[in-house]
Amino acid sequence: MSEVIGIGSSPKRKEDARFVRGRGNYVADIKRPNMLVGVFHRSEHAHAILKSVDVSAALAVPGVRAVFTGEDMKADNVGGLPVGWGIKGKDGEPMKEPPHPPMAHGKVRYVGDAIAFVVAETEEQAQAASELVVVDYEVLPAVVGLVDALKPGAPAIYDEVENNLCCDWHLGDAPAVEAAFRSAAHVASIELVNNRLIGNPLEPRAAIGEYDFATGQYTLWTTSQFPHVVRLLMGEMVLHIPQHKLRVVAPDVGGGFGVKQFHYAEEAVVTWAAGRLGGAVKWVCQRSEGFVSDAHGRDHVTEAELALDEAGKFLAMRVKTLANMGAYLSTFGPNIPTNLYAPLLSGVYVIPSIYCEVKCVFTNTVPVDAYRGAGRPEATFVVERLVDLAAREMGIDKIEIRKRNMISRESYPYQTPVLVEYDSGDPRGCLDRAEVLADVAGFEARRAEAASRGKYLGLGISTYVEACGLAPSRLAGQLGARGGLYESATVRVHPSGVVTVLIGTHNHGQGHETTFAQIVSDHLGVPFEDVSIVCGDTDRVQFGMGTYGSRSLVVGGAALAKANDKVILKGRKIAAHQLEAALDDIIFEKGEFSVAGTDRKKSFVEIAGSAYVPFDYPLETLEPGLEEQAFYDPVNFTYPGGAHFAEVEIDPETGVVTIMRYTAVDDVGTVINPMIVHGQLHGGIAQGIGQALFEHGVYDQTSGQLLSGSFMDYCMPRADNLPNFLLEQHSTTCTHTPMGVKGCGECGTIGSPAAIISAVVDALKPLGVSHVDMPATPNHIWNIIRSSSARLAAE
Amino acid sequence: MKPFAYHKPDSVSAAVALLAAHANAVPLAGGMTLVPTMKQRLAGPDHIVDLSGIAGLSGVSMDGGTLVIGASTRHADVASSELVLAKLPALARLAGRIGDQQVRHRGTIGGSIANNDPAADYPAAVLALGADIVTDRRSIRADDFFIDMFETALEPGEIVTSVRFPLPDAAAYCKFANPASRYALAGVFVAKTGDAVRVAVTGAASAVFRAGDIETALSESFEPSALERISIDASGLMADIHADSEYRAQLVMVMARRAVAMALSPG
Ligand SMILES: Cc1cc2nc3c(=O)[nH]c(=O)nc-3n(C[C@H](O)[C@H](O)[C@H](O)COP(=O)(O)OP(=O)(O)OC[C@H]3O[C@@H](n4cnc5c(N)ncnc54)[C@H](O)[C@@H]3O)c2cc1C
Repeated sequence: MSEVIGIGSSPKRKEDARFVRGRGNYVADIKRPNMLVGVFHRSEHAHAILKSVDVSAALAVPGVRAVFTGEDMKADNVGGLPVGWGIKGKDGEPMKEPPHPPMAHGKVRYVGDAIAFVVAETEEQAQAASELVVVDYEVLPAVVGLVDALKPGAPAIYDEVENNLCCDWHLGDAPAVEAAFRSAAHVASIELVNNRLIGNPLEPRAAIGEYDFATGQYTLWTTSQFPHVVRLLMGEMVLHIPQHKLRVVAPDVGGGFGVKQFHYAEEAVVTWAAGRLGGAVKWVCQRSEGFVSDAHGRDHVTEAELALDEAGKFLAMRVKTLANMGAYLSTFGPNIPTNLYAPLLSGVYVIPSIYCEVKCVFTNTVPVDAYRGAGRPEATFVVERLVDLAAREMGIDKIEIRKRNMISRESYPYQTPVLVEYDSGDPRGCLDRAEVLADVAGFEARRAEAASRGKYLGLGISTYVEACGLAPSRLAGQLGARGGLYESATVRVHPSGVVTVLIGTHNHGQGHETTFAQIVSDHLGVPFEDVSIVCGDTDRVQFGMGTYGSRSLVVGGAALAKANDKVILKGRKIAAHQLEAALDDIIFEKGEFSVAGTDRKKSFVEIAGSAYVPFDYPLETLEPGLEEQAFYDPVNFTYPGGAHFAEVEIDPETGVVTIMRYTAVDDVGTVINPMIVHGQLHGGIAQGIGQALFEHGVYDQTSGQLLSGSFMDYCMPRADNLPNFLLEQHSTTCTHTPMGVKGCGECGTIGSPAAIISAVVDALKPLGVSHVDMPATPNHIWNIIRSSSARLAAE
Repeated sequence: MKPFAYHKPDSVSAAVALLAAHANAVPLAGGMTLVPTMKQRLAGPDHIVDLSGIAGLSGVSMDGGTLVIGASTRHADVASSELVLAKLPALARLAGRIGDQQVRHRGTIGGSIANNDPAADYPAAVLALGADIVTDRRSIRADDFFIDMFETALEPGEIVTSVRFPLPDAAAYCKFANPASRYALAGVFVAKTGDAVRVAVTGAASAVFRAGDIETALSESFEPSALERISIDASGLMADIHADSEYRAQLVMVMARRAVAMALSPG
């Protein structure tokens, strides 16, 4: 059935037809003629001088074509991996930006740092040879913890970076905050850790580089969320390949979560090796290799304080955060804990003044960068933990204190003290609805019932706001972005009336092929099944910044809406010409162009067909064809938000935390496909629960070895860890995006960790516990119960 | 994976002969442990002797009062076996909670006990029930079989053919799963036969072991409350990022109490 399926419908996802049948086309599936396979030899040590790298035995293995080292790349003038966003410190000086060679030379700085790339005819040969690369290390003391790395006398990861401090950054009005704290009736203060996470998308990373001697053209197939940006960064800055000589293709990609939104060393190495060897070279990341080479997320240590008046009104907030950069700066590394963190510290509250200091610190660990939510879950966690703590210390109900301080719906647009201006929102509406859905009224009865079974029940709450839809380019530029962050879309109407959209965002699980098709179907009145979406190929798609920061619908969808408008305008011009009417008299409705007040009309298909075979167009004012391109640069971020409630039960004997209920009411603006939004929220909440209860990237403090380096030790959340979620939307319309959309990709991850920990702390309230660091693992909780019980007994 | 020669014998004697004839040859059962270690190049056998073609090595039967499970019997088949459910339901339940669906449909009892992973479930049942491990050449008592981490009494080239379980009066297994791997962080199997109680603990130390103090207390009174004043010494237990040894000691006692309660009211 050909029909229009528009905005607000939930058709099944187009892309799933191939995914569930195993017919997706991932980088690892791609085979090129005479393709060679490469394997990385990676550092076993967290910090060591490379005295020598002997590749002779590896080269002697049958089938091995080459073994490249960092020295080889250096000798070939290969550049370092660039940072896409540069920040400045308090003193106005730029951040320390030491070189990040694709393969190490001179020194290795984390376990997993690439040392050599072994290329052979088969993977087995390359692996066997990789084991024969002999590295003479002079092992240096390593430092993996943030606090330790800043201590005087800590191992220096770079000679030129004093105290391992990349940047001492700040935002806000320090004197105003000081003054407010002096006049405060109460100050709540907390120290907390935001645990290091490892993203683990289902599909491990992979890359194929190919060089064609005949044309001098390079191609890179890569598991990327932003192929055009890889072309720009790798082409211009690393390999010095002009962008027109480089094609980057990101085909089907099996999950990103931020992990695939950076330009990675391996992409540059395979492309460069392909040029050296004159053919195609493939690398597919092993799962365990991913643990030590995919950028990690989070990893903060924070001290924060909230000043309140006697009525429990917030006066000011002061936050000091140490943020782990890892051993090198990843593409967006320094931007995440600064620009995407501090501006969110106002949450959904009126807080007259805020001051935030962030020290970005190098350590001997895998580079840290954006991971779903990126900066905003960290900010939400700080704000919500502080608010919970203040409520408890002042004897105010934790829901009540939030209501007292929330920005009212009437106060929007609301200018926060930390740069951003929220355009729209209704936090109180979300909270009130969530309170009902979560049956907060019935909680004490449920708590008593649990207590009768010897269990602790806790109710947790979190509200949040996020800034997404990256990004208004002018503002981003002021904050250090080294390029604009607009998006583009081309709408190509074929002579048949069938539509192909070429868009610069990238689909890796979010359902863009469906959502964007609905937008076109809705706007142009064409059947949903007649719309296909093309992304992820720099030779097909004009230019685009890719997918991250919940930007695809907000920025890409806006470009698409603009392009649709242009198509309609062009169609009206064609109709005016054909129907011999004035342009102003042509109206477009339900897929038909008609002359107002008459029955004269042309269907969309008729107009499309005729557009390609005209013989009498006035060419000065009307050209053949029906294809339009639009670029969209947002005027502001968008600010989805919401209120989440979690109810957890704790078994005091084992420390196990079981989630009994999870309720969320989110404001994501206009909803294009409710089913997809639901799915995004589900996945996001599951991921946030993963952070709160299970996931932890743990390093050995002395050796710098990653202890959680496989799924045997890194605990992913699974279906049996989760209850059914109760979700609703309470949306306000974004005032500045064309369709009123706000984005929904990160909401769940941002709101949930704080809600879960709030519930865990509430459950342990009888024991006097006021904070629990993440992840709240059984052992961790049992230790807290034991020490708190002992303390209570002693009192 | 390193290259290897693959053999699929159709009898135990042929398998034993192959293992004896070749250096660096290993038997392959479900492959759930062996194959991943080969893929990671941690193991690189030159010869693989696949046991899956040997008739009679899998299946469940009664031999008098003894439940006999063939070495190649898969976890899923033990979990769903009518016979095991009727005669030794605790064992069926144990098998039904090993790993995940895929693992249960490949992994075997023989592979599990030959491997003797310190966190594996079957060793606890085998030891607590005082089973006999039958090989191509002898029968080994459970108490003599599990030596240490990944180490058993098996000689090189010796193949487990079946495990013989005497039937207890009451038994249960209670496992606290490692949240990440779902192996046992602490698993306790209690078995009561007449006045004798045997209790085996897995996951908590470098290998499965019998918990003497718990056995003594339960021999006096087979009730969860009999364990209330007993604790287990943490110093001999493992510590890792999932559980420190104090916590493991706690879990052993909690699992023991819960196992006794389950054994008393099965169903
Ligand atoms: C994801 C995952 C989760 C798991 N979770 C659990 C869990 O929760 N609990 C648990 O107990 N186990 C768990 N396991 C282990 C699994 O259940 C198997 O028991 C285990 O992998 C070994 O059995 P197998 O048949 O696969 O043996 P294989 O892997 O084929 O062999 C293992 C070893 O035993 C040797 N061997 C095999 N058969 C014989 C024999 N008949 N005689 C002598 N030597 C032999 C092999 O040479 C090899 O050295 C898990 C495994 C995986 C992959």
